[in-house]
Amino acid sequence: MRKVVKYVILDILRSKIIIGYTILLFLISFSVFSLEDNTAKGLLSLLNLELFIVPLVSIIFSTIYIYNSSEFIELLVSQPLKRKSIWLSLFSGLSTSLVVSFLIGSGLPILYFEPSPTGIIMILIGCMLSVIFVAIALLASVLTRDKAKGMGMAIFLWLYFAIIFDGLVLFLLFQFADYPLEKPMMALSALNPIDLSRIIILLRLDVSALMGYTGAIFKDFFGTTTGFISALLALGLWIAIPLYFSLRIFRKKDL
Amino acid sequence: MITINNISKHFGKLKALDQLNLQFNSGECIALIGPNGSGKTTLIKSILGMVVPDEGSILFNKISISKNWKYRSQIGYMPQIGRYPDNMTIGQVINMMKDIRKSEKNVLDEELVEKFALHDIMNKRMRTLSGGTRQKVSASLAFLFNADVLILDEPTAGLDPVSSEILKEKIVKEKTKGKLIIITSHVLSELDDLITQIVYMQDGKLKFQKEINLLKKETGEEKLSKAIAKIMLQNQL
Amino acid sequence: MFLTSNLFKFIGVYALVLFSQLLNATTIHVAKGSASNTIQKAIDIANASDTILVSSGIYFEKNIIIDKPLTIIGQNRPVLDGEKKYEIISIKANHVQIMGFKLQHSGYGTLDDVAAIKVYESEYVTISDNIIDDTFFGIYLQSGKNCIIKNNQIISYGEEEQQIGNGIHCWKCENLQIIGNRITGHRDGIYFEFVTHSVIWRNISKKNIRYGLHFMFSNDDAYISNVFSENGAGVSVMFTHRVKMFNNVFSNNWGDAAYGLLLKEISDSYINGNKFLENTSGIYMEGVNNTPVQKNTFLRNGWAIKIQASCMNVSLNFNNFFGNTFDIGTNGFLVLNSFNYNYWDKYEGYDINRNKIGDIAYRPISMFSMIIEQNPQAMILFRSIMVSLLDKTEKIIPSLTPENLKDDFPLMRAIDL
Repeated sequence: MRKVVKYVILDILRSKIIIGYTILLFLISFSVFSLEDNTAKGLLSLLNLELFIVPLVSIIFSTIYIYNSSEFIELLVSQPLKRKSIWLSLFSGLSTSLVVSFLIGSGLPILYFEPSPTGIIMILIGCMLSVIFVAIALLASVLTRDKAKGMGMAIFLWLYFAIIFDGLVLFLLFQFADYPLEKPMMALSALNPIDLSRIIILLRLDVSALMGYTGAIFKDFFGTTTGFISALLALGLWIAIPLYFSLRIFRKKDL
Repeated sequence: MITINNISKHFGKLKALDQLNLQFNSGECIALIGPNGSGKTTLIKSILGMVVPDEGSILFNKISISKNWKYRSQIGYMPQIGRYPDNMTIGQVINMMKDIRKSEKNVLDEELVEKFALHDIMNKRMRTLSGGTRQKVSASLAFLFNADVLILDEPTAGLDPVSSEILKEKIVKEKTKGKLIIITSHVLSELDDLITQIVYMQDGKLKFQKEINLLKKETGEEKLSKAIAKIMLQNQL
Repeated sequence: MFLTSNLFKFIGVYALVLFSQLLNATTIHVAKGSASNTIQKAIDIANASDTILVSSGIYFEKNIIIDKPLTIIGQNRPVLDGEKKYEIISIKANHVQIMGFKLQHSGYGTLDDVAAIKVYESEYVTISDNIIDDTFFGIYLQSGKNCIIKNNQIISYGEEEQQIGNGIHCWKCENLQIIGNRITGHRDGIYFEFVTHSVIWRNISKKNIRYGLHFMFSNDDAYISNVFSENGAGVSVMFTHRVKMFNNVFSNNWGDAAYGLLLKEISDSYINGNKFLENTSGIYMEGVNNTPVQKNTFLRNGWAIKIQASCMNVSLNFNNFFGNTFDIGTNGFLVLNSFNYNYWDKYEGYDINRNKIGDIAYRPISMFSMIIEQNPQAMILFRSIMVSLLDKTEKIIPSLTPENLKDDFPLMRAIDL
């Protein structure tokens, strides 16, 4: 398996997209920090980048990669290799490349300008989000053979997690405005990795505003070590579950 | 060597394979022929484990291939259209395959690599290659590991006559070593001097499996293509 | 510096007082084993204007009642212990001075407000340099006039609002000076009700359960250079006219109903030069009229200012806003207040004519802060992409936010404050 991972990574690193992505991240991160006079504001701008660009690039790039590699995957499948290890190699290769990209592009500037626990958590969350959306992309691309459909599904999934989900939450909040929804909301946020990541960071950056209202309840949960760890575990599940189902489908898939 | 027991495969409404029974033995060189969409490629892919049949079983050396992957180390496969990671060079692809398949048991057979003069273009990226060159790479890879079974899907399509001839010679050479060779092709004349057996498929069903000598005798034709044409005509009547 | 200079001042005044009284006043010493071994005995035998010096030691005297003008000075900080049953000192005469004591363990009651030192309808009382530890109320002034409460340390350990009194409690007073006290662990640090023409200066009131300063129906007062931090609900100023709030620090008041400064029904007041740091809401205003809010700094608050539609003629000018989650929150569309000439760190405009004033107006209110106002639970969506999109759209086509809540002259650079 390690051999295949090696070749997947080498293949991805040779494509210019991933290098462009790294440079883009680096330029944005660097300029965000140098333009803002305080680093806290820089972190906030970077949060938007992390929640917007990282999932988008991860899911689109991975989906395209899987479709473009369909012949390569066929070639591998016809070789004496386990399907499971082929699929996990693709996952590891994609994850590693995107995480390394993120670490170089955003991680280094964050470490340089804001080497605080908040900065470290931002980096950690960025890596998690990269991997989560690789896993989701794998699931999307294994579900349909048609590249256009697969891409459509990937973009829709991103749109759903990035925007539509929150719209639905807002709608629910106003529909049930008279009920105490803090705890259901907390559970609901676990259904969206982007929201979960955002809340983890929010608790560190906007603590004053969050101390009122819902925030206090959130702080009571996510602010504790147990809460923080369970949030990370939930993010971990967002990697494991799509990956597991994609693997199950891939093992029986006709190529 | 390979036993196919009653396998069927549907793709949606399309019946790609319909209760197919076949037996392939070592030392044979089998031509798998039939019109487009007759299920040839599906059959090959089923043997390679790329397609999982809905029912029936495939035995490789008397062991079922389902949930098994090691048997593929005894197969060399040349796909119809060999596509490889765009950004890799020929050398890298060959090294990668060696890396993946390398074992102490098999001795590398680089005859085709040399005869196709791939050494001179080792640094070319796959993206830049013509269809013919890709076929050369695919063929070289199929033969590289000295596998006991060779499955060649349209091997000569896109090859120039010289290369085509090199490949045919190689096939003959391997056949004499007692290997099982399965070839699909629709250019029948090319296969004349290689084939020992014909498997003819249509609509996912086996029409017939015959020794080539027998076939020629029955039809009284020397040319394979004519013999088959005659048989088909008979079948239609 | 401040403490030592104060100390010298105090010693000077003290010497003068002593000197003037030498003519007709005597000094009585209270010490264990001497003829007058309790303070109460000394008070009983003393004449008006006498001085009582109390030596160190711990005194259990139940309730000491001072009913004539006396100066009572603790030497080497004698301890007066109320055994958790008694009001330690009751002052029922004018011109009383108490200084240098440690008062501890007062009684407590839910019906009567038991204090360490309680002043009953008296004038010219000075209570200074005492340590008051673990009492129900600290210093309690009931209808006092011209009193000075200075440099006392008042500590308690209340955990629930109902089980603890206020640090300095003033009711129906005039001309008070509350200076340099440190108050911790009470219900309200300083409590003013019907107190007029008084000044609260340089006090530190923190970690009190309810308000750092609770201020009601108290006109014509000023509070200056105080620090109010980590109080349960911040500082509350209500139903008051003509109050001046200068150079105070309001910080770290966190919670659903916590405000740096809560203003309710205030008019003709001034809020100048204060700092609001890391509060859930820096200032919350309701029914505030004719009040300039100027040269204040709002740093890292949840909401810098929440201004309800019931406010009129509040002029927010020349303030600095840094790193607040929301700059302004409001509940209505009617805006009768001015927001010009402030520095907003979120301002993204430009200054082509280089007059240091942004060329396009700044709207300090975001659509999302309006949504939060209606549905606080929506805070969970803060900084999500959807919300950013909504806010961006709203900036271009205002529909939910008040059209005229804007700073037409936003400053390009922060004011040096």
